[in-house]
Amino acid sequence: MLKGLIMKRVATAIAIAILLAFGAQGAFSQTLKAVKDRGELVCGANGTLAGFGMPDPQGNWVGFDVEFCRAIAAAIFNDPTEVKFVPLTAANRFTTLQSGEIDVLSRNTTWTMSRDTQLGVDFAAVNFYDGQGFMVRKSLKVNSALELNDAAVCVQQGTTTELNLADYFRSNHMSLKTVTFATADEAVKAYDTSRCDSYTTDSSGLYGERLRLTNPGDHIVLPEIISKEPLSPAVRQGDDAWEDIVRWTHYAMVNAEELGVNKNNVDDMLKSDAPDIRRLLGVEGQFGESLGLTNDWAYRIIKAVGNYGESFEHNVGQGSPLKIARGLNALWTKGGLQYGLPVR
Amino acid sequence: MTDIARPPSRHARRFGNFALQLGLVVVVGGIAYAAVVNAARNLAQAHIASGFGFWNNTAGFDISQTLIDYSASTSSFGRAFWVGLLNTLLVGAIGIVLATALGFIVGIARLSHNWLVARLAGGYVELIRNVPLLLQLLFWYNAVLKSLPELRDSVAVPGGGFLNNRGLFLPRPEFAPGFDDVVIALLFGVTATIVLRLWARRRQARTGAPVRILWLALGLVIVLPLVVFALAGMPLSFSFPDMGRFNVMGGLEILPEFAALLLALTVYTAAFIAEVVRAGVLAVPHGQTEAAQALGLRPHTTLRFVVVPQAMRVIVPPLTSQYLNLIKNSSLAVAIGYPDLVQVFTGSVLNITGQAVEVVAITMAVYLFISLVTSLLMNLYGRSVAIVER
Repeated sequence: MLKGLIMKRVATAIAIAILLAFGAQGAFSQTLKAVKDRGELVCGANGTLAGFGMPDPQGNWVGFDVEFCRAIAAAIFNDPTEVKFVPLTAANRFTTLQSGEIDVLSRNTTWTMSRDTQLGVDFAAVNFYDGQGFMVRKSLKVNSALELNDAAVCVQQGTTTELNLADYFRSNHMSLKTVTFATADEAVKAYDTSRCDSYTTDSSGLYGERLRLTNPGDHIVLPEIISKEPLSPAVRQGDDAWEDIVRWTHYAMVNAEELGVNKNNVDDMLKSDAPDIRRLLGVEGQFGESLGLTNDWAYRIIKAVGNYGESFEHNVGQGSPLKIARGLNALWTKGGLQYGLPVR
Repeated sequence: MTDIARPPSRHARRFGNFALQLGLVVVVGGIAYAAVVNAARNLAQAHIASGFGFWNNTAGFDISQTLIDYSASTSSFGRAFWVGLLNTLLVGAIGIVLATALGFIVGIARLSHNWLVARLAGGYVELIRNVPLLLQLLFWYNAVLKSLPELRDSVAVPGGGFLNNRGLFLPRPEFAPGFDDVVIALLFGVTATIVLRLWARRRQARTGAPVRILWLALGLVIVLPLVVFALAGMPLSFSFPDMGRFNVMGGLEILPEFAALLLALTVYTAAFIAEVVRAGVLAVPHGQTEAAQALGLRPHTTLRFVVVPQAMRVIVPPLTSQYLNLIKNSSLAVAIGYPDLVQVFTGSVLNITGQAVEVVAITMAVYLFISLVTSLLMNLYGRSVAIVER
């Protein structure tokens, strides 16, 4: 009898071993289906970056990256509120995406080659062209980043910022002291208490973080942009259908701005004769269905969230406290880099 | 009648046991192997880079405290690993020494007959034990930082140093080649003192006459190295910290993050060690104290020669646990930006390379190794103070 009991235990152990060895890997190529079944989109966001992704005083998430996720939710569910936001630090954003806890990462993340090839993630489309800058106190009387020799700089770890900082100081033959923190919050707080002389992150982030300092007026952003930081939403590799949806959500918003379609006039634009507008809004063609969505996918996006320009302006542009100029993020017809790939 | 079931013979039992254990090893090994293979396959399927090739790639990021040479542009991730590991060992070693000292003092103070001293020690233990370490660490960090003056208002430390919220800057000693002789002289002096003490004790045990070696020991440990130092031409100079435009450059820098972490770990672990010491002292039968008092020994002598040596055999095992806790708790350095192993390796390196599985596995293996070595050393010491059964 004892032998029988032992045999049963051994058999269970072997069964578990077989399950582990041959356990089917989560079907990551079925993200759209999983999102539809769940009924909401799970979006990785920043949580503390003003203008890009953070809850407002009432607890509703607002920001440029947040609105992008709402655009995707509008395309899928016709409801921009069907989104759950997960605040992530730079340290855990990729592992959370890799493990499947979130569907899309919309968290001011730079698209670099090493991230594209080594992390098992794909980047959909650059929705914000940014660059790294420095913020210092006015009282230091520094006018250029080249005067920061021997300065102590606060930086968040696990970011391209950390690497660019070392490169910049090395190539300009300056020495520096880095103070790294796990979250941007701690880094900004340390800068505020003068633990370090300068804070560095993407230039758009500098304007956002400056608002959170005790005396925003005491700080200036230095003019030098020391790197290219193309910010893009990211998805897991291996799910092309989902990647297409995320990519074309962005291009729908850019195309809408190019064609003059915005939140207020989109209903009227349904009656337009212009072929581009008819294809975009789904009056003609089956483009929505080819994505796995409905044909009015772009209409839903613009009705819920607006076009690229509207989203930019009221989150980070002149309609917001950050007041970032369009700059590189203007349309290609206005001298910027935002170029809507054709919907046809 | 002989067909009635007989209990298995000794040989059969032994074989059965062996077969069972072999089977268990195979199953456990099989599960481990299968898990590794599964993980590798899943990583490959998700196009996540795997393998240990990242070890030799250039790190590219800076570390604020490095005990060995490290440069963002030329050092590898492997080098960053060693920097982080040394930082962890530094704070762990100093923390263990300080926490033990403070813990012993507080533990014995709690047993004092002085009502105020005992209550103060008790209050300290109860307060510190019941507040989470992370909160205490953040408290010390903000308390340390906020109380220090800004760079412009640095406090000058006698001897040519500065104290401000960027750190404590002291003159850095620069050792010329002749200093090796001084070190050798010091080591010789210390060894000679230990040998001398053993000989003096044996002599005292044999003949009963006390042997005073204090002056001779002082001469060996202090005077001899000093003489060698002078003879070698004073091979020691100092590089002084210099107040620059933004920062203090040069000199020896002690980061406020290091100070805060050390303070928090010491204070926290000392509270637990105090209770361990108190338990050990209470475990010594009261008859021992009474006998010592009957012999006319004073309380301080009783404590030092009768009670504590016997208490040590009870104290050492839980003390080992507290040391291991201290080393593992040092990983909370992530919260305040002290570049220990976890912050540098599983923070920066993991996020730049994206190879979470390898990095975390290495970090876990390292902590396991450090803990095993510590408990091995403590067990060796414990054996030397254990009761010798006749």
